[in-house]
Amino acid sequence: MSLSATTAPPSPSAPPPTPPRRRSRAITLNRLDLKLSPYLYIAPFFVIFGIFGFYPMLRTAWMSLHDWNLIGDHSFIGFDNYTRLFGDEYFWNATINTFGIFILSTIPQLLLALFLATMLNRTFLRARTLFRMAIFMPNVVSVAAVAIVFGMLFQRDFGLINWVLSLVGIDAVDWDAQKWSSWTAIASMVNWRWTGYNTLILLAGMQAIPKDLYEAAAIDGANQWKQFWRITLPMLTPTFVFVVTLSTIGGLQLFTEPLVFGNGNIIGGDQREFQTLAMYMYELGIENLSTAGYGAAVAWAMFVMIALVSLVNFLLVRRSVK
Amino acid sequence: MSVTTRRTRFAVAALAAVTAIGGLAACGKDDDAKESGGKPSKLVVDTFGEFGYDEIIKQYEKDTGIKVELRKTAQLNEYRPKVVRALATGKGAADVTALEEGILNEFKTNPANWADLAPLVADHSKEYLPWKWELGKAADGRLIGLPTDVGSLGVCYRKDLFAAAGLPTERDQVAALWPDWNAFIETGKKYRQATNKGLIDSATTAASAVMVQQGGDLFYDKEDNVIADKSAAVKTAWDTAVAMSDAKISAKSATWSPEWSAGFKQGTFAATFCPSWMLGIVADNSGPENKGKWDLAPVPGGAGNWGGSWLAVPAQSKFPKEAAKLAEYLTNAKSQVEAFKLKGPLPTNLEALKNPDFTGYTNEYFSGAPTGKIFGESVEKIQPLHLGPKHQAIKENAFEPALRSYENGQSPKDKAWEQFLKDAKTQGAF
Repeated sequence: MSLSATTAPPSPSAPPPTPPRRRSRAITLNRLDLKLSPYLYIAPFFVIFGIFGFYPMLRTAWMSLHDWNLIGDHSFIGFDNYTRLFGDEYFWNATINTFGIFILSTIPQLLLALFLATMLNRTFLRARTLFRMAIFMPNVVSVAAVAIVFGMLFQRDFGLINWVLSLVGIDAVDWDAQKWSSWTAIASMVNWRWTGYNTLILLAGMQAIPKDLYEAAAIDGANQWKQFWRITLPMLTPTFVFVVTLSTIGGLQLFTEPLVFGNGNIIGGDQREFQTLAMYMYELGIENLSTAGYGAAVAWAMFVMIALVSLVNFLLVRRSVK
Repeated sequence: MSVTTRRTRFAVAALAAVTAIGGLAACGKDDDAKESGGKPSKLVVDTFGEFGYDEIIKQYEKDTGIKVELRKTAQLNEYRPKVVRALATGKGAADVTALEEGILNEFKTNPANWADLAPLVADHSKEYLPWKWELGKAADGRLIGLPTDVGSLGVCYRKDLFAAAGLPTERDQVAALWPDWNAFIETGKKYRQATNKGLIDSATTAASAVMVQQGGDLFYDKEDNVIADKSAAVKTAWDTAVAMSDAKISAKSATWSPEWSAGFKQGTFAATFCPSWMLGIVADNSGPENKGKWDLAPVPGGAGNWGGSWLAVPAQSKFPKEAAKLAEYLTNAKSQVEAFKLKGPLPTNLEALKNPDFTGYTNEYFSGAPTGKIFGESVEKIQPLHLGPKHQAIKENAFEPALRSYENGQSPKDKAWEQFLKDAKTQGAF
């Protein structure tokens, strides 16, 4: 645009002086600035996302259409990897494990976060800032450290949890030998780490609710409980959608906690009791050099699942709170 | 402490590998200035664990004037993703890359990634344990790796716990306790009666030991077909481990699990199977307070090999010829004895195995056991093995989980065996 403006031939009949031309260039630049700058400001994110997010996604999609050896040859096989997924027992096992752990972690976590946020939002609470800081602490701790410590707590022979159980006369539980027990142990790590984070976000949402709503309700005789159901929850919907979506994405991509819980073994338990989808993807795509294409197909299946579950969550949360 | 580091490392390795996927796609060009032809100014060596090359390399630098950068990675789990990444992107591999037996077999299926060393070095085929030398060759005949060390086999046992159970504690008497595996199981039963504890850590470690003793084909036949259901060695290992599990002679602590690591200090078991590289791990896990309580005895049922490595030169190396020379130097008899004295990897060079510095070596932590003599004698009796491309994956992700689910009572014998056969097929595909 600026190029055409500067090279436009001056009309011979009325030789224009230089100032107007300079002015027209300034106008063009100004217009460019207005139109282009916003895009430039947001460009860094999109450039980086393009390189590290979007391109790998496309490449993964491309890989998933091949029989791909990570350190060898590859050949195009169309959608064979995807059709193979449907009959793959371990894929469905990983799917069930992922959703099982997801439900065990997300639901208690959000309920607890909601409760804690309500408590922290009370005006009578002393040292609120201290509590708000403290509740976020677990999230700062590295996930590997959390997984290691919890792995020790849930140890079979010398673990603290089994010791406490033995005090009340319950036999030692071999935590990684059954689905329910391993899921519980892993979900407890996730809950410990993320409850505080969600609490803070919900708390921020609560504080954005105008106080006069509560005052009006109080004058009308609504008790705390009623205020919570009729004012807090409905007004919290957008925050809730956000929190639920984030938990879904995180929960379905669960990887480090179950991996470290299983001593780094990628199959997650002797009978794959707690192998998540992300672990299965890693097993096929990275550990097992010759099935990288199939691993890529698992990655895309995961992507679709997360998108679907997020959508369902979104619709459900919207509806139930309204 | 070692519990923590080990688990942390797993996690770190996993995370590193995940980032590696991103890196895979995003790797740019960062070629060093190409010095085609002539002498390289620097060669890079990649090892994992401890190969004991620090001093040897200094000598090499002095002799040749070529600088050598030694890159060490603590754990094989972190090391493998690094090598895979370098091979997949064609960049970043060291000129000399150490390959452990499991990953060597896997990498052999794509031999084009590696330089053929045969034309680059003198013929050393008669100077090493013959089977070890043969394993360094790929199916297409290309010589990929020069032998470094072997794992061999022994039994580490706790003298104090043996004494408490009324068993003999002297090396020779302990060896006399178990001429074969049946006698070993009987000893385990006695130990269980006396202490109500397991003699060994787990049936799976015993299975590994039995399997490598058998020699020949394990999970694969010579054409690299998976023969898990027909292999005599695998069946013997399975049956022996099942018998141990039935006799309740193990503490059911899976190798590398926190129960296992803690078990060394807590004394939940009194013996475990020790390739030579395991001695350091036993010492670390047991801590200085248990120094002198451990000892080393021969394994029942004869010699076998568990673990060990080779040095290879990636095809992407810019100086394959010089790199091959360096690998040759690092694996010669003199270097192998020096490495053994420094960090303990068992020599594979026949001359090194006869060296008095090696045969006379005793291990202080293990009550002054003559580890050089014990391992050295068994090394020469080792049965040649054919491991096949995905041996490690079948063993760790099919065989051992199935065995453990039987040992822990999660599935009956037949079902566990079926689970193993089924998983062996998928894990063994390459």
